[in-house]
Amino acid sequence: MKFAIQWIRENLFAGWVSSAFTLLLIFVLWKTLPPFIDWAFLDAVWKPDSKACRAGEGACWGFIAEKHRFILFGTYPYDLHWRPAVATVLLIGLWIFSAIRLFWKWWLTLVWLSGLTTIGILMWGGILGLPYVENERWGGLILTLLLTTFGLAIAFPLSILLALGRRSDMPVIRGLSVGYIELIRGVPLISLLFMASVMLPLFLPSGVTIDKLLRAQIAMILFAAAYLAEVVRGGLQAIPRGQYDAAHALALPYWRRTYLIILPQALRISVPPLMNTFIAFFKDTSLVLIIGLFDLLSTIKISLNEPAWTGFGIEAYVFASLVYFVFCYAMSRYSRGLEHQR
Amino acid sequence: MVWRSARGRRIAYQAAAIGAALFVAWFLISNTAANLEERRIASGFGFLGREAGFEIGESAFLRYGASDSYLRALVVGLTNTLAVAVIGIVLATGLGTTIGLSRLSKNFLLRNLSAAYVEFMRNVPLLVQLFFWYAVITESMPGPREALSPLPGVFLSNRGIFVPTFSGAPELQGFNFVGGAALSPEFAALLIGLATYTAAFIAEIVRAGILAVDRGQGEAAHALGLSRGQTTRLVILPQALRVIVPPMTSQYLNLTKNSSLAVAIGYPDLVSIANTTMNQTGQAIEGIAIIMAVYLTISLSISAFMNWYNAHVAFR
Repeated sequence: MKFAIQWIRENLFAGWVSSAFTLLLIFVLWKTLPPFIDWAFLDAVWKPDSKACRAGEGACWGFIAEKHRFILFGTYPYDLHWRPAVATVLLIGLWIFSAIRLFWKWWLTLVWLSGLTTIGILMWGGILGLPYVENERWGGLILTLLLTTFGLAIAFPLSILLALGRRSDMPVIRGLSVGYIELIRGVPLISLLFMASVMLPLFLPSGVTIDKLLRAQIAMILFAAAYLAEVVRGGLQAIPRGQYDAAHALALPYWRRTYLIILPQALRISVPPLMNTFIAFFKDTSLVLIIGLFDLLSTIKISLNEPAWTGFGIEAYVFASLVYFVFCYAMSRYSRGLEHQR
Repeated sequence: MVWRSARGRRIAYQAAAIGAALFVAWFLISNTAANLEERRIASGFGFLGREAGFEIGESAFLRYGASDSYLRALVVGLTNTLAVAVIGIVLATGLGTTIGLSRLSKNFLLRNLSAAYVEFMRNVPLLVQLFFWYAVITESMPGPREALSPLPGVFLSNRGIFVPTFSGAPELQGFNFVGGAALSPEFAALLIGLATYTAAFIAEIVRAGILAVDRGQGEAAHALGLSRGQTTRLVILPQALRVIVPPMTSQYLNLTKNSSLAVAIGYPDLVSIANTTMNQTGQAIEGIAIIMAVYLTISLSISAFMNWYNAHVAFR
């Protein structure tokens, strides 16, 4: 008891200013928290019944209950929803599996390759008796996760090349890398997505077409590569000069020097900022909504178009926030854990 | 022979890089030219002088009508982008600094509430937040007749936010407010979204900057008899600024670039108007070139200014 009073005095009422803040914050919480709890839980309508929702005072979670299949799987054929469901679980499983340090072995690549092949088979089908589903119909959570996975997997090696190019002593290579990185980082992602959706078809020889999903994926990769390159460059710069000199003294050629000595150290230093960039990239995949792809945010937004369910935008976006938050928060906790391990 | 010498290899590599870059450029340009020819799409910036023929919901400074040119429409878009970016940067800096300082407070409630704010805002995509604010304004705010008035003269309604100016206060006339300054729902949602989102990142930068100042500095200031507020203002902040400025620059740039998400909620910023222009004229290349050129100019100007400022506050 004495301890508690002492704690309160030190942490909540240490001086006039602190006490004033405490009282102000308690007042604000007292004014906002109970109405919020009423809205979100006590008065909320959980049944998928839009009439009850419109009559009630609270949040309409019934909207999510009614639309959850469309939100999770988009326009994927309804009877086949188990396929993207299994694919989603598998992909999240792969991410969690790779997060465990014990499994950071060469065979992890094989696990990923077989995992992604399975996901490809599940999503496209066309073999093993699974009906074919073209990727225009993919949507929802799995699309967001796939855009993130492939975007990062392809952009990361590119970004290492760009970062090495930017640190190169060859003026032409350095100039091209700097030009690319600064150009991409200087413009908004939307302009790249617009470019991919309207200009990419013009860039290709006539007769060659690539679908919308791939076009958006290319734009996301080009975008991520520039940002990741700057993070990797930070790692390259943070290595003591002596490491470069020592590698030189061993007379190793450039690529072996880079691969054996420089990169392992540079990438290890870059892990925390890399994770931040990964999280930012995951959030940025939501922008594909603007060029008409059915990612998670897009399916949520489209669900609101049905006349019975218009006007429940707040519930819809609170739900969207929670889903994105769970993924991003897990990633950021994990990255903090990694920092503490070293 | 050439490969024997390091110098020869360097020249060969760079020649190859130039060759590859030129080839890619040639490939893209020749394909594009052929495609434009085939689809009979005009090229060049001649369309800028033609009549735009579409209305723009709001214009921050310039007068604009549907009979004005595309060029004027794009300039209106640019001023709208700049308006939201400048006001957003000011608000985000104020809010972010406050929250960053609160995270270092000894007060348990203040510290943890600001930490929760940062954690939540940073882990939800900005686009979701913009949609959320737009829904809050258009769905849950009352109509103008029952507008909320948190402060005298300030009205919140589903038609936007109305604030008094020096020339007069907003008054209800018919179905909407007249007089004062009006923030449309789109502008208000974009501004609130950008400011509150960027503030979370700025808060972390401010916090890291202050933690980077040596403990001894604060203790020395304390020993001199300065109060906690004076120590922060006169000793800690000036030193922390040197650490804070470079990452702050990139947050300002991010906010400016993120203002392009306006297109998703219908605020007529540069990207939104360029998009309409592209749809009407079919001249996508020119439209995207304009967007990219404008943002590159803004980015480079902000970095140039911040580099100058950074040199100004650096150790001499």
